[in-house]
Amino acid sequence: MDKIVSLVTSALAIGFIVWWFFGKHQDEAQVAEMAEGVQTVEILVDGGYQPRVVQLAAGVPARLIFNRKDPSGCLEEVLLPDFGVSRALPLGEKTMIEIGPQTAGEYKYTCGMQMFSGQVVVK
Amino acid sequence: MSTKTRFIISLVFSLPLALTMVGLMLPGDKLTMWALATPVMVFGGYPFFVGAWSAFKHRQASMDTLVALGTGVAYFYSLYALSAGTEVYFEIAALLITFILLGKLFEDLTRNRASNAIEKLVGLQAKQATILRDGKEVSVPLDEVRVGDLVLVRPGEKIAVDGKITQGSSTIDEAMVTGESLPVVKGVGDIVIGSTINKTGSFTFEATKVGSETLLAQIVELVRRAQNSRAPIQKLADKVSGVFVPVVLILAILVFNVWFVLLGSSFVASMLFAVAVVVIACPCALGLATPTALMVGTGRGASLGILIKSGEVLEAANNIKYIVFDKTGTLTVGRPVVTDIVGDEAEVLRTAAALEAVSEHPLASAILDRAKAEGIEVAKTSDFQAVEGKGVTGKLAGKPVAVGNRALMEGLQLSATAFGEEMARLESQGKTVMMIVEAGSLIGLIAVQDEPKPMAAEAVADLTARGFEPVMLTGDNKATAAAIARAVGITNVIAEVLPGDKADHVKTLQQRGKVAFVGDGINDAPALAQADLGIAMGSGTDIAMEAGGIVLVKNDLRDVSRALTLSHKTFGRIRLNLFWAFVYNLAGIPVAAGMLVPLGLTLNPAIAGLAMAFSSVSVVTSSLMLRYSKL
Repeated sequence: MDKIVSLVTSALAIGFIVWWFFGKHQDEAQVAEMAEGVQTVEILVDGGYQPRVVQLAAGVPARLIFNRKDPSGCLEEVLLPDFGVSRALPLGEKTMIEIGPQTAGEYKYTCGMQMFSGQVVVK
Repeated sequence: MSTKTRFIISLVFSLPLALTMVGLMLPGDKLTMWALATPVMVFGGYPFFVGAWSAFKHRQASMDTLVALGTGVAYFYSLYALSAGTEVYFEIAALLITFILLGKLFEDLTRNRASNAIEKLVGLQAKQATILRDGKEVSVPLDEVRVGDLVLVRPGEKIAVDGKITQGSSTIDEAMVTGESLPVVKGVGDIVIGSTINKTGSFTFEATKVGSETLLAQIVELVRRAQNSRAPIQKLADKVSGVFVPVVLILAILVFNVWFVLLGSSFVASMLFAVAVVVIACPCALGLATPTALMVGTGRGASLGILIKSGEVLEAANNIKYIVFDKTGTLTVGRPVVTDIVGDEAEVLRTAAALEAVSEHPLASAILDRAKAEGIEVAKTSDFQAVEGKGVTGKLAGKPVAVGNRALMEGLQLSATAFGEEMARLESQGKTVMMIVEAGSLIGLIAVQDEPKPMAAEAVADLTARGFEPVMLTGDNKATAAAIARAVGITNVIAEVLPGDKADHVKTLQQRGKVAFVGDGINDAPALAQADLGIAMGSGTDIAMEAGGIVLVKNDLRDVSRALTLSHKTFGRIRLNLFWAFVYNLAGIPVAAGMLVPLGLTLNPAIAGLAMAFSSVSVVTSSLMLRYSKL
């Protein structure tokens, strides 16, 4: 009996993990706001990045403002390898990262250990 | 609360619990264990639980997830066991958190040490500069210095920005920027580099580059980019880490079922195997393997004046077979000098210098330099005339004089037989020979050659000894090329190459092996780009930062060998780190899952936590060792 309970519970747990972490959950891209020739978008850092996907216009200087609320050590650094940026994000502060997106494409940004990730879509 | 405080609290409460692991019984037994473990969970575990929960909410999983789950399962099961009166495992939960905090503490310490190369570079900048404004000395902050400002530098002061000396002279210590260990003597017209230290004299210089344009600013930017780049070898690790945690969780569930359902072990024993799997699988070491080694390697390079632009370059620097050198300006000084004077030396030089003083030909400066060095006063000529492609003619003290090549002699209907033998000898050495004519007769010869750099032969010999095959590529004629090649010890020479064809020759060589191209980055950018590894050599402040994968700040050919060694060592370290990280993670999992139980080996979850913490620390330490490796 114990064994059947264990198997059934485990199967449910595995199913849940697969659905929760690997299921297709479409993210809406947040389009950066344009003002005075600079596009700005704020990203909340709390258990990951929200919005996960941000959309920028090519050829316009961009400001990504990372607002870190999560004390987890995993999120204390953000990397944008395609833009040559790695920046420490002090807890409870907004950190502005300026990049110059030139070429259209999808660029990944991640935490220091690359377990959390987000995407910069340049159009 | 800092990691350090959390660690100390956890340690204090965990130590008595550790005694239970060696069989000692605490007074009050299980209740005492609960009382000790709970503060550890609350104070030490807090960041992990918060992190895990907020990640979970966003369908993400991280290292926190693994730590929180591993310790949470051990702790809450023990709570149940406490009420049921069965064996408890509070010590596992508490020690796990303590060990992981210890690992994190060490990691932070060592990572800070690994990443301080850039801060060191930025810290080199002068804060103030004394500039001359309307004839008065004014002290201004660094960012108020403008291009064109005249900056005054006293002995012992830091030079604020890049510029050109307009007055005075001094010796300057440039070690911090170029890696050149000996102080350099500089005078009027010489270029000074911002953030270097003026030693003995006072001088004034005109600012030519400020702010982000300065050499130091460019180096800082380049190093920063390099440290954030990723080596292709890490791609696998990158792919893995995104899905790693959920996969490990599934694996842990399977491990539990194998023990509990298939092998009929007890619930507790099966659970401990699953917890050990969750704990040992933390992929921290994997994530640290490349960035820390890159950080230390590129930082070390920067301090030596060797700028490695990315992790990809390190990989490209592996298995290089041919090292192709551009001749002019790379193997040679890039500036012709007078090597021989045939005839009455003073007379020949005086005549030539007088004529060349008004000429703009590149060879003229060689003759004038020599005249200056010998203390010969340059006389005035009249009726000066440049004969395109042949030489110059004029009148000196009433007598017709000329300096030029054979074609000019033919035009003047003079035979060159007077010094025929010497002429042939000099030309066979690859030198450019000029004939000096006075009053209708040939009075002597001046031979001019671009000389090899002082360290060129040593550098080439070193590379050859290390098994590389040096090749010289040049647009010069065969005789000149052969002479320089002989002087520096290169046997493989490709001469008379048109500038546009250099890249094609590199391509041809690439069919036989990987090619590194060493050039100045100004007129050989296509070849630098075509080669598997482009090494751009700089001098002064004008470094072609964009060209090449490696930039040598110092004009020293021996740095080619050093750069290759540093690349090899850094790349080797990344490979070693990744290997160990994978071993820790991948080999650790089966052990934690209990696959070695038939051999009597089990892994207590707390020990798994220690191993996990140790793996991160050892990877970072291994990267730090790069600082001390011999180059």
